[in-house]
Amino acid sequence: MATALFFIFAGFAIACAISCVYHKNPLYSAISLIGVFIALACVYLTLAAPFIAVVQILVYAGAIMVLVVFVIMLLNLEEESPLNRLRYLYGIGGALGLVLLAQTFFIFYAVTKNQDKNLKPDDSVGQTLNIGAAMYTEYLLPVEIVGILLLMAIIGAMIMSRRLRRAKLELVVDNKEE
Amino acid sequence: MESILQTTFPFAVIGIAIFLAFNGVLMIVAYTVLAERKVLGWIQGRIGPNRVGPWGVLQPFADLLKFIFKEEIAPDKSTKFVYFLAPFVALTCALMPIIVYPFGPPINLEAAGIDLAALLPYGLGEGIKQIPLTIAQLDVGVLYILAITSVGVYGIALAGWSSNSKYSLFGGLRSSAQMISYELAMGASVIGVVMLAGSLNLNEIIYAQIHSPFKWFIIPQFIGFIVFLIAAFAETNRVPFDLPEAETEIVAGFHTEYSALKFALFFMAEYVNMFTVSVMGTVLFLGGWYIPGLSYIFEPGSIPYAIFSHVGFLLKIFGFLFLYIWVRGTLPRFRFDQLMTFGWKFLLPLSLANVILTVIIVFLLNR
Repeated sequence: MATALFFIFAGFAIACAISCVYHKNPLYSAISLIGVFIALACVYLTLAAPFIAVVQILVYAGAIMVLVVFVIMLLNLEEESPLNRLRYLYGIGGALGLVLLAQTFFIFYAVTKNQDKNLKPDDSVGQTLNIGAAMYTEYLLPVEIVGILLLMAIIGAMIMSRRLRRAKLELVVDNKEE
Repeated sequence: MESILQTTFPFAVIGIAIFLAFNGVLMIVAYTVLAERKVLGWIQGRIGPNRVGPWGVLQPFADLLKFIFKEEIAPDKSTKFVYFLAPFVALTCALMPIIVYPFGPPINLEAAGIDLAALLPYGLGEGIKQIPLTIAQLDVGVLYILAITSVGVYGIALAGWSSNSKYSLFGGLRSSAQMISYELAMGASVIGVVMLAGSLNLNEIIYAQIHSPFKWFIIPQFIGFIVFLIAAFAETNRVPFDLPEAETEIVAGFHTEYSALKFALFFMAEYVNMFTVSVMGTVLFLGGWYIPGLSYIFEPGSIPYAIFSHVGFLLKIFGFLFLYIWVRGTLPRFRFDQLMTFGWKFLLPLSLANVILTVIIVFLLNR
């Protein structure tokens, strides 16, 4: 049952990812990306990690992609025409794809080789209580560092928007003095 | 045969449960619409709908028939696929939280005196000690509801964008900006309750408030309750925050270009969202299905206890829904800049202050 669900959601995720890359219309790409996030959240659920799944939807599908869609709606972008100056990216993309494919095969190889060492699935790891406990004891330093980084980003964004306004204000004042 | 039955039995039970809950919620939603029109009529000194059936009781079905038989129109130059997708996204996201609603206390089969193993063939009932009146005992229930409702914005935003109409676009933009802003305040107002209850599971949160009405979180979390209530009005696009569909400014906002059943889907989504927010308010602040004193009359776990608790749960929700209608008949609409200022400069700091206050109190009490 879990395997069948995994293949359904993984297939959906891959289909959405392909349509995200191939669509010329930016909004269609954004919608496909939302589909990828939701499919990934479903995969997390089948892996007994409900907290990660819900946070995936809450943060990526619910907050970040809403901003992306918002910007697309505001800018009213035209359909993208293929750019010649980005041609070399095809080569890089192909090379990265090959690396990913090799990695996939390596994982297949490693799993089939060590099949007898059956890992016991631990359902308690994905529970909210355990994640919280781990975050505030074992991984306290990384959490604090990320928190400070995010705080810096917030303050930076505020300062940048403020500075822009002050510069405009000064321009107006200068013009009047002249 | 037996093994197939045993593997499919849980899925069948869950399927039936979802079917019942789905129809029950949609039925309540249909009659919320009627109640809204009636109550608004009384508030405004009118009679309200009274033509279809006695006292207008069959009005929701008449409305549904009307919606089904109206002509489906898609505007010229609209983005067809997204235009058709949007109402489905809106209603699907509105209905998904149903699976974590705690409809009532679990029925303990021993206390109720039911032997399920004897009632069901093929040993299907063996090992079942209690019947929970929740479809999915999700460990992260509160976050699940918040996450799904946050995805619901896409329905409105995409509808606004794909209709290729300026009024729709304005409605969609307003709605996404409004919902992003108030989601923060709403999430922060819930944190206090989660800290006091020590769990994100909706049933666990109810169990933390049981035994006395003074333990309901509305008392220690009164600031959180007020913030939650205001943010809930904004999240469901209701008066006084119904700017996405302000008819005096932008015709009907995001659903200007929608007709027939697609409009009905948006309409239902709005009322199901109201229901969800009322369930959240009831569970988080008013003790969910808990009725004070009921455990003295009926034994907890028995069937009458479950039924009366369920009725109490529904009555609390109806109280919330009545408040929605009352406010709609009373308050005027905010201006958009007032809405943003209020959300970011008043509601969010207030809810964050509430979080910090709760942290300090919980820390001092647990020391």
